Amino acid sequence: MRNVVVRDAEAAVKDIKDGHTVMVGGFGGAGLPKGVITAVLDAGVRELVVISNNAGSSDDDLSLWFGAGIVRKIICSYPRNAQQFAEQYRAGTVELELVPQGTLVERIRAGGAGLGGFLSPVGVGTVFADGKEKIAAQGREFILELPLRADFTFIKGNLADSLGNITYNKSARNHCAVMATAGDTVAVEVDRIVDVGELDPENIVTPCIFVDRVFTRSR
Amino acid sequence: MKPLSRDALARMVALHLPDEGFVNLGIGAPTHVADYLPSSSGVMLHSENGVLNVGPKPPEGEEDWDLINAGKMPISLKRGGSYFDSSLSFAMMRGGHLDVAVLGAFQVSRNGDLANWTTGDNGSPPGIGGAIDLAVGAKSIWVMMDHTTKDGRPRIVERCGYSLTARKVVTRIFTNLAILDVTENGLAMDALLEGATVAGLQNLTEAPLLTPGKLRTIKQDGTVVP
Repeated sequence: MRNVVVRDAEAAVKDIKDGHTVMVGGFGGAGLPKGVITAVLDAGVRELVVISNNAGSSDDDLSLWFGAGIVRKIICSYPRNAQQFAEQYRAGTVELELVPQGTLVERIRAGGAGLGGFLSPVGVGTVFADGKEKIAAQGREFILELPLRADFTFIKGNLADSLGNITYNKSARNHCAVMATAGDTVAVEVDRIVDVGELDPENIVTPCIFVDRVFTRSR
Repeated sequence: MKPLSRDALARMVALHLPDEGFVNLGIGAPTHVADYLPSSSGVMLHSENGVLNVGPKPPEGEEDWDLINAGKMPISLKRGGSYFDSSLSFAMMRGGHLDVAVLGAFQVSRNGDLANWTTGDNGSPPGIGGAIDLAVGAKSIWVMMDHTTKDGRPRIVERCGYSLTARKVVTRIFTNLAILDVTENGLAMDALLEGATVAGLQNLTEAPLLTPGKLRTIKQDGTVVP
């Protein structure tokens, strides 16, 4: 029987390479896979392109990646209160693509759903339309927004079974459930791994078809 | 005449929210509106990180950091509340399912243009978050802000000088001096703070103000009387 459980965070990030695009779930600390943060640092990769809502605001999150200088570019919606990122940004050593929060998650959804993009009214008539294709439909102006995918998706769940079915805890679901659909390799840090059949099928938010690796945080 | 306090402004906005409405309160001052919502109102608060029917801050020691609001502060969930992913949350916002979004602003123009995002001048990083999605999608966009900047310059202007969040979206403006409606013909005064004058308000407002026949009066506690 399928079993996607791996030993630890180190095993969950195996085969990550320099220059990879990496999605990291979470809104603030909720939904952030903290074990992965240190495992990616330990893996010694550089030049990462990161897709996440924020750019780190405490000492155990993406701030560590910016502090170590391993991020080339971040695609996010709200990189405020992010001291390590801000230092790199001011120094011009990291590139920022600022995306409205709803557009960010919908671009990821499009990437995971095999769509070529979508037409959004958000940003029309503002700097967020700059450089993007404008398309009129149903008498209204839209911006063509393109999909996002990643080499690796790292998210945080609550429970997993060994098949890789995932539940989430409260607002920690945020971007995680959508990001799970849009990574070539999807690794999920969970609080607990249960036997197959223990999760109520009605409560499974991310079905195992999307999930490649599951682990519980040991440190 | 003293401008409304932050608390009184929050109360004024809260008292105007529609009963049983689905409402998003933006981060910062608008979040404060929740403290003045009568429990009888049946208003259901939405938080864009994936919560509907947001309840008050939990008692100290009972915080769950997996249950936070858009300002990343701990909240609780009311009976009948629900959790959902960001895609569904922004479908609620963009798709016109929210009755009212209450947002802060740097500037609002005569025709309802909104400027409320931090563009990151002086080298600091910009941040947009979900305000722009709310501004485009909610049925009514209410702005709450001080009527002028700290040094007395108008925030309600002919054309916004700041980078726009969205064009022609604001429907109502609540300030510490007045309530204004954005109409086809321009900015219509609905209510004025007790002791303030129309001429005085116009002096602090770059865009011209329309004065309808009946002007309501705002009391210092944020209640409004005919």
